[in-house]
Amino acid sequence: MTPPNTSLAEALRPQAPVGTYRLFAAGAHAGLQDHLEAFGPLDIEAIGPDFIRVLEASGLTGRGGASFASWRKMAVTAESRSAGILPARPVVIANGAEGEPLSFKDRTLLANAPHLVIDGLLVANRAVAGSQMYLYAASGSLDEAAPAIAERPAARRIRLVQAPEAFIAGEASAAVNAIATGAARPLDKRRRLAESGLKGRPTLVLNVETLAHIGLIARYGADWFRSAGSPADPGTRLVTVSGPGPAQVQEVAGNAALGVILRDAGIDARSLSAVLVGGYHGRWVRPLDYRISPAGPDGQTVRPGAGVIHALPADQCGLAATARILSYLAGESAQQCGPCMFGLPAMAGVLNRIASGEPNPRLTGELNRLGKLVSGRGACHHPDGTVQLVSSALDIFADDVKAHLTGRCLRQGGRAA
Amino acid sequence: MSDSLHIDWTKCDGRGLCTELLPALLARDDWGYPVPRRSRSGNRTDVPVSAGSLEAARDAVQLCPKLALSLVHERNNKRA
Ligand code: SF4
Ligand code: SF4
Repeated sequence: MTPPNTSLAEALRPQAPVGTYRLFAAGAHAGLQDHLEAFGPLDIEAIGPDFIRVLEASGLTGRGGASFASWRKMAVTAESRSAGILPARPVVIANGAEGEPLSFKDRTLLANAPHLVIDGLLVANRAVAGSQMYLYAASGSLDEAAPAIAERPAARRIRLVQAPEAFIAGEASAAVNAIATGAARPLDKRRRLAESGLKGRPTLVLNVETLAHIGLIARYGADWFRSAGSPADPGTRLVTVSGPGPAQVQEVAGNAALGVILRDAGIDARSLSAVLVGGYHGRWVRPLDYRISPAGPDGQTVRPGAGVIHALPADQCGLAATARILSYLAGESAQQCGPCMFGLPAMAGVLNRIASGEPNPRLTGELNRLGKLVSGRGACHHPDGTVQLVSSALDIFADDVKAHLTGRCLRQGGRAA
Repeated sequence: MSDSLHIDWTKCDGRGLCTELLPALLARDDWGYPVPRRSRSGNRTDVPVSAGSLEAARDAVQLCPKLALSLVHERNNKRA
């Protein structure tokens, strides 16, 4: 396993990035040369199924929204390969579809560090002995990544598939469906994609940021990955920070403090009414002592979801903001599942009536009833994510709700919009 | 070793034949779609079926006009 000239290779190998500045360490719009100078070569052929153990040791979780343990997905895919009567070689999909309007970290990554994503895709494909590779992303991102793919013989087998600009287009089964049929609608999940996905093959769908981390873990190992972040939330993650001032992408340590992220983005946490963490399927929190991590005590930790951090200035009404988001989400239902297709517009209608100051105390009860009715009923997480957002709004903006139900708004000069 | 009735929401058109066949398992929502009366940890797409309801559940699977229902054995009923 160990080549005889290890010491020489090690001496020539560039230093692993130190600290939390990792994914963009090769610079803006890094070409293959910049990429190799910053990170050194990667022997893809040397990767085999044993890489899954390395990934397990790293503790990497998916950076697309669900924060699922990446090695576990890979292990199930690799196992499913030989589980059937006829062994089917797996398919690996790099998912760069970023339907979330407040997020552009995946787009930024594909534009600036396409070779890290390609490395990760090649590594994942080797680890599960895959046969087909896809990059699924919006057309702008494909245009950015295509020259990088063309530069590398090993990557030329990666097929590019355009994702529509729709909220739900990045859902894993929607990605599979888009590649199979051209329609980016989620599929019913009687079986896991890792067991039966694209054309019935075991299918591994990994977010492009997740793959970029895999590209670095394959070079520098699990301990290096864990040198940033916390034991329960190792490594770094990209977040898109928006609100007052220009939106930006930051690479932050796992379990980072929300207050520090806001401060580094130039946002004064005291000037805010609340912060939306995780995106439109996320939660509103007050900018107190929260940490951004997939796991941890409630009230101290908030899940990163799609890596969105959106600050709402104190003079803006959180109910009106949530009502606008809910109307958008209702319109983004893929119109397949009744509870989602009818339930979300009904919820949006009620929340808009509250936000507009209709003095009707029964509205919040109705909103809660509808939320309970739609949750857990749909082919994808869209109803549940939406309900989570709304219930966090009713909780965080409870005083605003009270005021609105008497026809007043606590922000924007006292009148409900 | 229990069974679940899996609802494929992408196929169901909510006309409610299943709720008539399985009143102990399913109610109807505001729009006619089946609502499980019981669920396992918030999953309301795979409805637990007791031994006594198994026969009726099989009928519902056969009779659903949209082929939206299927019986799943618990062991295989996992998801990523
Ligand atoms: S739950 Fe909604 S968004 Fe998800 S597949 Fe069904 S209709 Fe589409
Ligand atoms: S019988 Fe089938 S289509 Fe009709 S409501 Fe039940 S599951 Fe839906």
